[in-house]
Amino acid sequence: MKYLKHDLQKYKLASLMAPLFKMLEATFDLMVPLVVARMINVGINQKDTGYILACCLLLILMALIGLACSFTAQYFAAKAAIGSTTGLRHRLFKHIQSLDFASMDTIGTSTLITRMTSDLNQVQNGLNLFLRLFLRSPFIVFGSMVMAFTIDAKLALIFVIVIPLLSVVIFGIMAITSPRYRKIQGHLDRVTGLTRENLTGVRVIRAFGREEEELAAFSQANDVLVRSQLKVGHLSSLMNPVTYVIINIGIVAILYAGAGQVHAGVLLSGQIVALVNYMNQILVELVKLANLIVTISRALASLGRVEQILDTQPEMHYPETMPVLSCPEEAVRFEHVSLSYAKASLASLTDISFEAKVGQTIGIIGGTGSGKSSLVHLIGRFYDASAGHVYLNGADITQWPREQLRKHVAIVMQKPQLFAGTIRSNLLWGNPDASEAQLWEALHLAQAADFVQAKTDGLDEVVEQGGRNLSGGQKQRLTIARALVAKPDILILDDSASALDYATDAALRQALASLTGKMTVFIVSQRTSSIAKADHILVLDDGHLVDQGTHQQLLKCCSVYQEIYASQFQKGEDHT
Amino acid sequence: MKWTTLKRVMTYLGPYWKDMVGSLFFALLTVIAALIVPIYCGNAIDEMIGQGQVHWEGILRIILAIGIVTAIAALSQWIMAICNNHMTFCVSRDLRERAMNEIQALPLSYLDQHPSGDIVSRLIADVDVFADGLLMGFTQLFSGVLTIIGTLGIMLSLNWVITLVVVILTPLSFFTASFIASRTYRYFHEQTIVRGQQTSLINELIDGQKVVQAFHHEAKSQEDFDRINEKLRDVSIRAVFFSSLTNPSTRLVNNIVYAAVALVASLYAISGGITIGTLSVFLSYASQYAKPFNEISGVVTELQNALACADRIFQLLDEQKQIPDAPDAKNIISHGQVSLEQVAFRYEPDKPLIEDLNLTVQPGQRIAIVGPTGCGKTTLINLLMRFYDVDKGAICIDGTDIRDLTRHSLRQNYGMVLQDTWLKQGTIKENIAYARPEASLDKVIAAAKAAHAHSFIMRLPHGYETLITENGGNLSQGQKQLLCIARVMLDLPPMLILDEATSSIDTRTEIKIQDAFARMMKGRTSFIVAHRLSTIREAGVILVMKDGHIIEQGNHESLMKQNGFYAHLYNSQFSAS
Repeated sequence: MKYLKHDLQKYKLASLMAPLFKMLEATFDLMVPLVVARMINVGINQKDTGYILACCLLLILMALIGLACSFTAQYFAAKAAIGSTTGLRHRLFKHIQSLDFASMDTIGTSTLITRMTSDLNQVQNGLNLFLRLFLRSPFIVFGSMVMAFTIDAKLALIFVIVIPLLSVVIFGIMAITSPRYRKIQGHLDRVTGLTRENLTGVRVIRAFGREEEELAAFSQANDVLVRSQLKVGHLSSLMNPVTYVIINIGIVAILYAGAGQVHAGVLLSGQIVALVNYMNQILVELVKLANLIVTISRALASLGRVEQILDTQPEMHYPETMPVLSCPEEAVRFEHVSLSYAKASLASLTDISFEAKVGQTIGIIGGTGSGKSSLVHLIGRFYDASAGHVYLNGADITQWPREQLRKHVAIVMQKPQLFAGTIRSNLLWGNPDASEAQLWEALHLAQAADFVQAKTDGLDEVVEQGGRNLSGGQKQRLTIARALVAKPDILILDDSASALDYATDAALRQALASLTGKMTVFIVSQRTSSIAKADHILVLDDGHLVDQGTHQQLLKCCSVYQEIYASQFQKGEDHT
Repeated sequence: MKWTTLKRVMTYLGPYWKDMVGSLFFALLTVIAALIVPIYCGNAIDEMIGQGQVHWEGILRIILAIGIVTAIAALSQWIMAICNNHMTFCVSRDLRERAMNEIQALPLSYLDQHPSGDIVSRLIADVDVFADGLLMGFTQLFSGVLTIIGTLGIMLSLNWVITLVVVILTPLSFFTASFIASRTYRYFHEQTIVRGQQTSLINELIDGQKVVQAFHHEAKSQEDFDRINEKLRDVSIRAVFFSSLTNPSTRLVNNIVYAAVALVASLYAISGGITIGTLSVFLSYASQYAKPFNEISGVVTELQNALACADRIFQLLDEQKQIPDAPDAKNIISHGQVSLEQVAFRYEPDKPLIEDLNLTVQPGQRIAIVGPTGCGKTTLINLLMRFYDVDKGAICIDGTDIRDLTRHSLRQNYGMVLQDTWLKQGTIKENIAYARPEASLDKVIAAAKAAHAHSFIMRLPHGYETLITENGGNLSQGQKQLLCIARVMLDLPPMLILDEATSSIDTRTEIKIQDAFARMMKGRTSFIVAHRLSTIREAGVILVMKDGHIIEQGNHESLMKQNGFYAHLYNSQFSAS
């Protein structure tokens, strides 16, 4: 609640006014039976047509004022609920942007998206209903009781008994059924899972001739679902009849005791009518309240999920000022670096040490899961090493301010990710102040100039969400160009040329090599051909740095490297 | 069309006619009883004329009557609910069961063409909506109509002028409601659009959050997000506020009706036309009269929805099933001799794929199938397993046309490992023993060892009892592949079909898989969709496929000598410039 409370503060007035006006409206509702009672007792008994007319006008006037109150309440409720959830959404988004990669990996992208969207919508609906109705229903219930006391204290005691009884029945049935409804959801998930399995695995199921058994399993899950649905269904169907019986017992009691009071001359029949009306009103409101509680408990669960994210604190901290760069010619140095991800039992990297000089091209090779990506992610401090140190220009990476670090290191990730906008707007991510010429230079280097030129709108060609109007290879080249626009000191290509054909890949590497200056390039690849010309090659296997050196050196003495090379160049063996 | 759907729904309700009759009967009882209670209350009030003028005898009689009627109403309401629950839940179970039966009998051509998500949503979500609609229809539609008729009848019998007031004024509340609804639609539409924009922005920025951070783009992203967030706030406040006016407005109309009834009824009471008790009856009817109308309009939309969903389910049920096995279909255990005679097949009638394919495979032979993507390699597997039927020609095993065999027997003669590594939700042991659930743990372990899977299984938290989550999410691609091999290893059939998929597997695991494959193939007729050079070179026969034809056939040496398509393919794929 703590975050939402904070956002509600800004709408303090609105969130107070909404329930207040709702209660005002309810007050008018409560007065209706009283007016009707007067109409009967005074108007009809004394045959006073004018009095009756006045009462009717009063009823209509009350209805109109009630309407005005209700409109006001709805407006303030909408404003407070939507305004504060908008604030909460802003806060959550901001918080997500501050999370480090490790937290994002643990939580998961799809979870973050649902919390941002459907969970926050639930909170908004719940809050809106809460502000409007949560006070109204209890107010009417207890108001009816109070009104009953103003009519006759003896008869009002019936209300004192009936209201708690009704509450126990309604909330008791809810308390019993709601965990069972969750169980039903579990059974339904099982049926869904089996259905999906039977569709995705249809070839295997048929190949093994297991259709009958799969049907039997489905049938069983289906039966379990129906049985649990029926049980809970019957139970919750009790709610209406039981409350109906209780209310009617209350009415019977009012009639019986009321008759006594009328006989004694304490009450008139009009007042009995009013009491019966109050009794009926209570039932309507309690049922509304029960429905409301379902919505609100759902909203609270969603709020809990949102706040769980807000409570996740990023574990990385960045200093404000630049450290002293003691070795300007040493681009990167790893000292006994190990890395284990949060949930994993095994380390992804173990005891890695190497150094890269400014201007060098470093190749990194290894099988899937050998730790290549993990290694380069450490260079940008997207994760913190669990042991050992990473140095950039001689300064520990944890001493670098965030902004300087991001400008110093640019990474092109495996998954080519573009954003809705234009080609230009995407490239400008690298450097918002880049000139037209700089953009084209980057495109040329990334081998993307040709296809961008071929687009009707050139740089201003629209990029759809996720870049789905571009091919995989085009997206990859644009992400490389985007990184080049930033003119970083260290460029990391994390297997980011996989969708390029051999010729383009070669041209790209040649273009990068031609860059005179101080850019240090890390190329991650599974193909030996992509890294053969690198100044220095790191060979990873199972998170260990098994060897490092040039292509020629490694071919001579590194068995893992030989193996990889051989599997890709078997044709060569053929001829020898 | 709606009517035919409705009629079909009725046939599904058929077995539960007792529930339906019960539901209708008890609904009638509930409505009658519920309508009588206010009259009794009115009568009771009429027995209390004033001080010292209370007819106790009458009141006690009425109270007894109210008690009895209430008991009847409550009991019949519950019985009605039980009938409705039973009927709708059972019908939805039957529908799901039928649909699942249908899925097992559908030809693969249908399942390959329709996304599984769509079929799942028919079977789960559509059936749910259908059941909800049906339940609501039965609980509210009939009793709603009865309540309206009953109320009208009783009011008319009491006083027709006051009844007229109620009947004329009540529709006003619907007009108000629909008037507001049509006005607010625009705002809601606006809200939907902006929310959609925001959702796609959220998707994009959170999905690409790592890139956002890598480019230090957080401030700009936040700005973009806030702009749309605030726009959504303004639009939502409008939409929510205007739509929330419906309830108070209809309540106003109802209150006015109430006041009008009070006025007219009071004037009648003064002139002695009705008693005060009758007045109270009218007041309680006036406040309740509008309710069933509101409910019915909701139920009608709900029912339309339900019928639309039923339609989608029926469409699935109506799909053409695969041709059943011939009544005299045989079961055989093959020696491993396979022949294809003038086989022709196409997925789409106007796009020929396989034409006039001839091939004879001797027992124990190893057949490698190579060719560019889309050349028909997978199609050949589909035909061999009879996932699809040939259009022309015949495929024979040991000289018997496979259409004269039961599908079950045909498929039992093949062991299949596909590129798609499908595993069941269940334990590792259950998955390896998929073909024979009764297999002993020793046999399972032996199969796993043969597939080089034993060592990684033992490293899993619960060994062979480790649960595999849906689609094997907790295993690597290579591990899943090894389990699929172990699954076939458990009970090796005389023939094998292997789709050698190695693209996403690292070199070490790949070597293990190759070794496992080699063990399996020993002495068995095998068809391999081959990617690896070693497999291709060791194959007895290489089929080179292009555009559905076998364009070259022979072993590696003879094909290389031929210097045709194979030689070209070989040079381009396996040469690293």
